Amino acid sequence: MTTQSINPKPDTLPDTPAEPSFQAGPQPGVLSWLTFGALWIAVCGLAYPAVTTLLAGGLFPAQANGSLITRGTQVVGSALVGQTFTGDGYFIGRPSAAGSGYDPVNASGSNLAPSNPALRERVQALSRQIAAREGVSADRIPPDLLTASGSGLDPHISPAGAQLQVPRIARVRGLSQGVVLKLIADATERSPLGLGQPGVNVLRLNLALDAAAPLPGAATPAR
Amino acid sequence: MDILLTVLLTALLAAPLGLLIARLYAAPASRLTSGLLRLCGVNAALGMNWRQYSVALLGTNAVLAAAAYLVLVTQGALPLNPDHIGAMRWDTALHTAASFITNTNQQHYSGQSGLSYFSQLVAIVTLQFVTPAAGMAALFAVLRGLRGEVNVGNYYLDVTRALGALLPASLLLAVLLTSQGVPSTWSGAKSATLLQPQRVEGQLLTTQTIPVGPVAAMVAIKQLGTNGGGWYGPNSSTPLENPTPLSNLASMVSLILFPVSLVIASGVFLNRRRFSAALLGVMTVTSAALITGVVLAERQPNAALLGHAARGGNMEGKEVRLGTDATALWASLTTQTSNGSVSGMHDSLNPLGGLVPQLGMFLNDVYGGIGVGMINMLVFVILTVFIAGLMVGRTPELFGRKIEVREIKLASLLILLQPALVLGFTALTLAVPSLSGTSNPGFHGLSQVLYEYNSAYANNGSGFEGLGDNTPWWNVTCAAVLILARFLPILAPLAIAGLLATKKAAPETSGTLRVDTPVFAGMLLGVMVLLQLLNFAPALVLGPVAEQLSLTRAAATTPAASTAATTPATTPAAPTPAAVPTTHSAPLTGAAR
Repeated sequence: MTTQSINPKPDTLPDTPAEPSFQAGPQPGVLSWLTFGALWIAVCGLAYPAVTTLLAGGLFPAQANGSLITRGTQVVGSALVGQTFTGDGYFIGRPSAAGSGYDPVNASGSNLAPSNPALRERVQALSRQIAAREGVSADRIPPDLLTASGSGLDPHISPAGAQLQVPRIARVRGLSQGVVLKLIADATERSPLGLGQPGVNVLRLNLALDAAAPLPGAATPAR
Repeated sequence: MDILLTVLLTALLAAPLGLLIARLYAAPASRLTSGLLRLCGVNAALGMNWRQYSVALLGTNAVLAAAAYLVLVTQGALPLNPDHIGAMRWDTALHTAASFITNTNQQHYSGQSGLSYFSQLVAIVTLQFVTPAAGMAALFAVLRGLRGEVNVGNYYLDVTRALGALLPASLLLAVLLTSQGVPSTWSGAKSATLLQPQRVEGQLLTTQTIPVGPVAAMVAIKQLGTNGGGWYGPNSSTPLENPTPLSNLASMVSLILFPVSLVIASGVFLNRRRFSAALLGVMTVTSAALITGVVLAERQPNAALLGHAARGGNMEGKEVRLGTDATALWASLTTQTSNGSVSGMHDSLNPLGGLVPQLGMFLNDVYGGIGVGMINMLVFVILTVFIAGLMVGRTPELFGRKIEVREIKLASLLILLQPALVLGFTALTLAVPSLSGTSNPGFHGLSQVLYEYNSAYANNGSGFEGLGDNTPWWNVTCAAVLILARFLPILAPLAIAGLLATKKAAPETSGTLRVDTPVFAGMLLGVMVLLQLLNFAPALVLGPVAEQLSLTRAAATTPAASTAATTPATTPAAPTPAAVPTTHSAPLTGAAR
């Protein structure tokens, strides 16, 4: 290597073998560009995803198909996608900017800047609504309940956001607060090593709620 | 915890990977590689000078870009389209082809509703492999030039070597991601019955459509190849694309791993490990500062929530499972490395939290995209050597070879190109409000436009996504910026290295400027900040800094109850989110991508 002789403090000897000496010759032309492109389309665009999807789908079939949740024989959602809940009988998730709300085809955040008056108006109205619904003052509402997630599909709320709703749920469902808290604990998902934040999966929690105490006279779909 | 583990895992993996890559580029072509190249009519032992290498790079890239464009505009008639997605509009397809051939992955469409599986794989995934491979190839060609070799390598062989590293790594990551819940299937979208049917605009909505597909294969290479983008519009904030904090950790380590290990590989390849350690030090100090900036900014509450919520970090545009720290870390890493996929919405970052990612993209060499980040850094090394040479009155030289007029002209071209394109187009677009498509009023609107061109120039791909950018104006101007900002910063340094290689090396003496000392590293850092950041300081003051000051003033003078008082609404066409989100009566914005 040319550089070695001029390096004032040569590092240790190279642990890589020397570059093979290149040959001179005519350069590849357009035909080579085309076949080179076709080669990597076949390998990277077709063979790689085929092998990956076969392998990953074979090893983890449930996850590979969207982590669907079934009740009886009916698919009622995905553990990874939130749904809109309204009214007093269900735990209510975060506001969603995905289409008409929690629409995966139109997944999106609000993209509102903190300085945008529209965000302030939305937060203000929702804060009042939650304060009235749960009978608490605004300074007890955790920020996640007032903010739209990045995807608009966030399946989780914070544990504090779930606990805030316990008195209302217990009252409407005729359950003790202890039972409801237990259901929240069961639906709380945490990662190992203290990664990320714990989140309460709202769809799983509401399904457990329906199983524990069906809504009196509500439009809960039959099994 | 997320930050600590990301740093630890990267540090653990980068050194062995760097050594492996250096060996890969020094070893003779394997029998499989030679065989594949022979299929394409290429002799693996054939050498190229810098001009021939550039021609091969441009020619193969042009073929793949054209193929991608054709696939996108005909996808409606092509196979693997279970959700019956139609052809892409010409300008969107032009922008998309330009965006992916340049390793940018800026998306002016939403993948889950705008691309067939065939397009996602043949057009998108192919380019997500080949473009980082081309960047890595170009880096090693530059390094050979700096070693004094007129013969800078064989482009076809160099690309194939890079793919030999990227393909198995992606396969592993894809399986890991699927274990966490990223879909991996050929089936079309799934349908679920809503637990509680909803009334939307008078209609009863009873089902939810959940797009799936061979997502994991794409997500793995978009992270490992400093590509960015996403299968789904909101990228890795989508729980189907980034389901757990563990998948998030794996994705973050993947997006930084190759750029860091290429700095190490360069030192080994040049046989100048102290030099690459000095560069690594400069990059790591800068990286730590940028990460700290975003993390601290996002721990502050969102100004819109003041007085209406319990105190807590800014959760607008962020996911509960990730939280503010991990999302802020991602926002910083993805803009440092030219990756550009997001795990939270950058438009909704606090003003200073949104400023720091812009800094990362202006620099674009901490650690930068695969190959190109290190090439950008080498250009700054040359400029620093030149400036230091002027200061002490000696002929500037790098590794014993004189840096003269032609080399400095080429390097200066790159330094001028960035502000000319980014600030020029930003000014032009803002001058005609009907073109700008900004969705947030006031100072933030300026930040949105600046961010988009900055991201295009940095070949990054992230965005302030509220911007209505799927228009012919945005698509065509961004495509032009993308192409110029990808190929000139590869070709000019390749030319510099090729020119340097033809010069006679002088022996280094005690009077030679050493490029592997802490003093030089400090000087390099200073030159980077002065040349790259000061250009943009006025624009940043008018955008994020002014926004932050207006919020601080608003919070000090009036309680948050006053609404439209502080920010002048100058922008038309802002979707006005009107009502309470839980009632389904009005969508929050129309700007889904």
